Amino acid sequence: MLELRGVTTAYGLLEAVKGVDISIRDGEIACLIGANGAGKSTTLLTIAGVLRPLRGTIALEGHRIDGLSADNIVQRGVSLVPEGRRIFPDLTVAENLSLGAYARRDRAAIANDLEWVFGLFPHLAERKGQKGGTLSGGEQQMLAIGRALMAHPRLLLLDEPSLGLAPRIVEQIFEILVEINRRGTTLFLVEQNAHLALTVAQTGYVMETGRIVLHDRADRLIKHPQVRSAYLGE
Amino acid sequence: MFPQQLINGLTLGSVYALVAVGYTMVYGIIQLINFAHGEIYMIGAYLAFTAIAVLHLPFPAALLLSMASCALLGVAIDFVAYRPLRKAPRLAALITAIGMSLFLQNIAQAIWGANTRPFPFEAIPKFFYASAFSLVQVGGATVATVGEIPTEVAARPDLTIVLQISWLQVVILTVSLLLMVGLHLIVHRTRIGTAMRACAQDQMMASLVGINVNRVIGFTFALGSALGAAAGVLVGVYYNAIFPTMGYRVGVVAFAAAVLGGIGNVVGAILGGLILGLAEALGAAYISSEYRYAIAYAIMILVIVFKPSGLMGSPAAERT
Ligand SMILES: Nc1ncnc2c1ncn2[C@@H]1O[C@H](COP(=O)(O)OP(=O)(O)OP(=O)(O)O)[C@@H](O)[C@H]1O
Ligand SMILES: [Mg+2]
Repeated sequence: MLELRGVTTAYGLLEAVKGVDISIRDGEIACLIGANGAGKSTTLLTIAGVLRPLRGTIALEGHRIDGLSADNIVQRGVSLVPEGRRIFPDLTVAENLSLGAYARRDRAAIANDLEWVFGLFPHLAERKGQKGGTLSGGEQQMLAIGRALMAHPRLLLLDEPSLGLAPRIVEQIFEILVEINRRGTTLFLVEQNAHLALTVAQTGYVMETGRIVLHDRADRLIKHPQVRSAYLGE
Repeated sequence: MFPQQLINGLTLGSVYALVAVGYTMVYGIIQLINFAHGEIYMIGAYLAFTAIAVLHLPFPAALLLSMASCALLGVAIDFVAYRPLRKAPRLAALITAIGMSLFLQNIAQAIWGANTRPFPFEAIPKFFYASAFSLVQVGGATVATVGEIPTEVAARPDLTIVLQISWLQVVILTVSLLLMVGLHLIVHRTRIGTAMRACAQDQMMASLVGINVNRVIGFTFALGSALGAAAGVLVGVYYNAIFPTMGYRVGVVAFAAAVLGGIGNVVGAILGGLILGLAEALGAAYISSEYRYAIAYAIMILVIVFKPSGLMGSPAAERT
């Protein structure tokens, strides 16, 4: 579904992502783990079109998307839930969600998706008229995921959805992510919580200082000695 | 007379508010002080002048034509001058804005000449200068009249006019009010308005939900420029004088109004405009008309010192 070939992305002279190859299959949950500053967020921002790769190609279902603007890439079915959630704080929950569907015109389908999102996150339905900035961290994460779903993505990119949340909320959110995947959306998940990520994912990538150093089935990665010592604290 | 100054101040203030809104919206979305905005106001006045004098359009049509043309002009200015500098240091865009302001002044001078021109009088509906409402005192009694003061009252030697509102003032206040209500509805009730607010809060996230940020910025310029042009036309008629540098002073006062209200905040800009209009009218009447502009700046400086985020400024507005 998504193919990265030799993708290099730089901030000025600093190459944060160096010649990365990633291949995500239709319908799966893939994850990318790595330490602070490894280049995980940079990878997602490059796929989403916020950053332009210096070298390499990105193809979505065989069509190149590298070089397209972020708003174009959303229309092609790739949505990003960015690090830190970035909900619009002064807009209401309903406005945040409606912006998620900004690029769409199919009113009936949008209404359906809204109902589905409210079904996944009943909390959001109760807080429709409230400003996004007044929500708790967990609710903001739910809103950020709901907003991305309103674009009806085929591929959903998630950057550390568990960050700063209580374990109970994290568990709830991951259950919902699995549910979303079951509905047919492919997920590419960036996580520092390697154990959690490798448990829900089928495929895993390990990144160190901008390079992919390991790539395997998630159930094998979770047993890999290098992963166990570096990311699972064993 | 105090009530009279109040009405004069509100009339002036509503015009400042229309211009201030353009500064504040553009600043809110791209953090640029668009120095050329005052020139849009000036060109708006000239375009209406030309529409009336050359095309012989009626006043309302000339107003609308001027607003539409300036909306396009605003978009064009953003496209050629500011958009290429979106990722450049902010100072670069600021200097470009100053250059654009001078450029437009010179263009206007080349087309319409440097002299002050009266507004084409014949096109302005005659009733604009008639009295819409008045309050007069005669022989100890106060008389309120809708329309002209009756001749037998006007002839009384003991007549004092407490308040007189011309139809032109009514038109200016009404048009300004309608435009501001319209603006509010656009910003808060439409898809593009929601996108504008989203872009002002977080441009990267706006692009990630599928908003074409450059298009929204262009729309913001169009909206602000249309309102600025309307203000220019209304003032051109009010003072019956238009000249190439007329945008400069109004631009500075309107910018002060935007800062006063909390830059980036539309309601704040409207409030700031009204306050400065009132301060100018009252200051001219009760302090000295020579200090009328100094008063506006003094108010702005006081606000900057004691509440830097402005009257309506939120911490969020300061951040962006
Ligand atoms: N906007 C930026 N400008 C310059 N350098 C940046 C920028 N964003 C990130 N970097 C640098 O690029 C490298 C990769 O950062 P990135 O945010 O992709 O890491 P990450 O794996 O997501 O880390 P974390 O787990 O902390 O989120 C880091 O060295 C970081 O300092
Ligand atoms: Mg990151």
